[in-house]
Amino acid sequence: MAELSARHGHAAPAADRGHDGAAAARFDALILPHLDAAYNLARYLSRDPDAAQDIVQDAFLRAYRSFADFRGLSPRAWLLAIVRNCHATWRMQHRRAPQSAPLPHGDGEAPEDAASLLVDGDTPESLLLRRTEAEAVRALLEHLPEPLREVLVLRELDELSYREIAEVAGVPVGTVMSRLSRARRLFADLWSRAAPDGEAVP
Amino acid sequence: MSTPVPEAGPCAAWEGLLNGYLDGELDAAHVMDVERHLAGCPACAGALQRMTLVRRVVSQDDVRWRAPPALRDSVVAALARERSAAVAQPLARPSGIAALVGRLRAMLPALRQWSIIPSLAVVAAALLLVVLPPRGGSSLEEELVAGHVRSLLAEHLTDVASSNQHTVKPWFGGKIDFSPPVVDLAARGFPLAGGRLDYIGGRVVAALVYRRNGHVINVFVWPAGSDAHVDRAFMARAREGYTLLNWTEAGLTYWAISDLNTVELKEFQEDFLEALPK
Ligand SMILES: [Zn+2]
Repeated sequence: MAELSARHGHAAPAADRGHDGAAAARFDALILPHLDAAYNLARYLSRDPDAAQDIVQDAFLRAYRSFADFRGLSPRAWLLAIVRNCHATWRMQHRRAPQSAPLPHGDGEAPEDAASLLVDGDTPESLLLRRTEAEAVRALLEHLPEPLREVLVLRELDELSYREIAEVAGVPVGTVMSRLSRARRLFADLWSRAAPDGEAVP
Repeated sequence: MSTPVPEAGPCAAWEGLLNGYLDGELDAAHVMDVERHLAGCPACAGALQRMTLVRRVVSQDDVRWRAPPALRDSVVAALARERSAAVAQPLARPSGIAALVGRLRAMLPALRQWSIIPSLAVVAAALLLVVLPPRGGSSLEEELVAGHVRSLLAEHLTDVASSNQHTVKPWFGGKIDFSPPVVDLAARGFPLAGGRLDYIGGRVVAALVYRRNGHVINVFVWPAGSDAHVDRAFMARAREGYTLLNWTEAGLTYWAISDLNTVELKEFQEDFLEALPK
């Protein structure tokens, strides 16, 4: 197969490298199973179902074209890093201002004003009106500032390690840990307001 | 910062470590430090409890977004277009490889024996991926054949290579949302080679790998859905020189595929069914 790759090496290198049957099969076996994880991250980052589909489509093409560069990282973390980049591109192209409050300043020690994060007319009580607990959780996650939402989704839904999250988000492991602390504290605070007795919608 | 936080927070110096503790990111020494501190600090113990609640609430399955089927289809189609573009490239030039690929493509509809030509088989497999419709009806069988061939050609037979059922079975745990039964058939002449995740019919499936002398048997397993019209009725098919057996058992759909003949594969299937925990 090395011969085949070498012979039709006239195409753009990125589109050509490793595109033999074995690489295609390897891609299908390693990367394609993480389609749901990719959509989950794209959906939580963009908060837009249509955009999430475009982002995932774009991410899979980019992943396929640069598959020869894949090494080291877990396949899932590698793909999610690409999804994150595609989301950043989409955000830039659409010049969309973040809809939630910007990440509050602070060193992660000060208690944050959870209520200030509730925009779009939502109140903790209105979250309870969502039909199911899962819908309330989704809505609440969407209200977290993006850097906090991102680490919480990568940790609790994608079950990445701190090191993997650090690679996906492009920040040091220490930052992952402090963002995760803040994200959980904020979420717990908002959740306890939405369900004052601590036992939310069953 | 005017709204009071309902509960007192944890000790500032410990909060990061509490998160690391919950996430299993601490070494043994730090785990012991945290546990010692938790024993004497109700504020931190309460904070850990709240973090655990957040985990329980957030990590529910229904909170996770799943790719819509249409997206799955369009991603698979886009990848197929990429592949056909990559393969079609040499056709533009009258080189040896272009002629070869052109001949293969022309042959493809009638192609039955290609898998016995190893050097061409990989090219053929790449073409197969392009040509096959992604799902539905008999294309499922084509996908199964493609999956079987892929596992042999890509030298990606197993993700977990073990002849021990107690190693292979737990390996699937957490990777897929069902638990395929893994049985030991070495005494029947079908030693277990391992397990693998594969992608068939638009979903991730379990593949159990057994051997018979020089032959490989892939058993693809997934939860029986609406397509479970065959109920313990054994369906045998031959396709591209491979034998396929399909059956449904205890809510799971099984497809065994091999280049063994139908009699031998049937024997494997009967041994497999008999060894299932009752
Ligand atoms: Zn403490």
